[in-house]
Amino acid sequence: MPTAPPIVTITDLCYSTGGQDILHNINLDVFRGDFISIIGPNGGGKTTLLKLILGLLKPSKGTIRINGRSPGMHGTSIGYVPQHVNHNLRFPATALDVVLMGAHDPRASRWTRTSGQTKETAREILAKLGVADCAGRKIVALSGGQRQRILIARALVSRPELLVLDEPTASIDTKGQTEFYELLKELNKELTILMVSHDLLIVSSYAKSIACLNRCMHYHQSFGSSREVLDAFYSCSVDEICPVGVIAQQPWTIRKME
Amino acid sequence: MIDALQFEFMRNALLAGLLASVICGVIGTLIVVNRLVFLSGGIAHSAYGGIGLAFFFGWPYMICTTLFALAAALTMAAVSRSMKQRADTIIGVMWAIGMATGILLLDFTPGYNVDLMSYLFGSIMSVPRSELISMALLGGGVLALVFFFFKDLLVMSYDEEFAQVQGVPVRALYYLLIGSVAVTVVVVVQVVGLILVIALMTIPPSIAEKYTSSMLQMMAVSCGLGMLFITGGLWGSYRYDLTSGAAIILVAATGFLLSLLVDQVILRKRRQRWLKAHAIDGNDR
Repeated sequence: MPTAPPIVTITDLCYSTGGQDILHNINLDVFRGDFISIIGPNGGGKTTLLKLILGLLKPSKGTIRINGRSPGMHGTSIGYVPQHVNHNLRFPATALDVVLMGAHDPRASRWTRTSGQTKETAREILAKLGVADCAGRKIVALSGGQRQRILIARALVSRPELLVLDEPTASIDTKGQTEFYELLKELNKELTILMVSHDLLIVSSYAKSIACLNRCMHYHQSFGSSREVLDAFYSCSVDEICPVGVIAQQPWTIRKME
Repeated sequence: MIDALQFEFMRNALLAGLLASVICGVIGTLIVVNRLVFLSGGIAHSAYGGIGLAFFFGWPYMICTTLFALAAALTMAAVSRSMKQRADTIIGVMWAIGMATGILLLDFTPGYNVDLMSYLFGSIMSVPRSELISMALLGGGVLALVFFFFKDLLVMSYDEEFAQVQGVPVRALYYLLIGSVAVTVVVVVQVVGLILVIALMTIPPSIAEKYTSSMLQMMAVSCGLGMLFITGGLWGSYRYDLTSGAAIILVAATGFLLSLLVDQVILRKRRQRWLKAHAIDGNDR
């Protein structure tokens, strides 16, 4: 079991709109090195949970702590990759500019120019993600998959501890998806990953643990096969509130599956 | 054009036009990339209610109009944030109410002396020196504000949600942006008229957007294009005795159509190069 304190601690979290609990009594710890995928039906509150962690929404009840601080005060310890890559396409910016936006710290002095070192870091990350040649091109001239990588680079350039992704493969083709998860697996060696995904089968072979979210959270400590994941998933519907649990994949099963 | 400049009113008109191009180039770029064109139109039209109010009650004109425009702008901004899906409807409603209120209030004012046409098309040929100075001050203020918050505005304009995660005070910045749009509209409308303001805030940035690869470049090119259109329009209106505001807008519109044409040419050239590079015979398409 991990001994270091968790990066994200969620205790008794509720979030309600319109008199209904979208999220009810969520408890979750995200530890360093975790690769958690949140699955669940539409309307189950997956995106809402991410937004609460990011500080975009305020919890109705309960607390969220990011490294002991409230969300929104975490500085650059979270890198966020949004779901939609095709918004504001005609915005006048090159891919490198977009990546550098991730290095912008509004609390820092306004008069410092982007240092050469930050640009160097940005280019290194682009190279690592395999899109170095896109750096000088306008975002409108990129493909969906390239744009996706640019947005991941934007999240990585501030060197976060935790990478949060909301349905990251929605705009990538099947081949791209496999590459993408290989990439996440590689990144997971250095940072913690929390993501929302619908690709059950792929997820079960890459994520270390899976949380099924449908108002309540179902989080298993371990899962042996993707069959269990499927059962966990399809036992959920928005009408019924599913039990709580997390499924964590044991290291040996990952090896076995490869 | 040079001989036209011997008249002071022409010099003032040109100066006012150049100042308006700079202010509208910078604010207009932010309006276009943040998709605030409709909201800006709403502010500009509902500001007419402020003019009616000022004349009806005999309040100081400038202060009353600015405050009214600011109030209308911030209300529209608040509503469009809380009801994103129906923002355009609410703005449309406020647009009409503000304008109608202004016209009725002016009807009730005995012996009023502002007509709707001069609000719509401005009177760039009769700009007094004092208004030039107030425009220059405003322009300086707006530019200083925009450049002070430039990076925050940049990150916010591209992706508001991401900006918020980064800790950019998105809400405050949004209201600041809308507020400066309102003040810009009120002061520039004085000089060049409502319709020209909207044209100057949308046409140059939408042309510039296609050929630039950063927001700063887009602002600079928009300013330059605005200046070109204004100078051209003023020259035409002097030479052929035309209404200045309308002449400037038509020059800008011609520029806009030309840029569409240029795009087509560029695309065709690019396709031919692509066909050649992929060894496809250009004749059998």
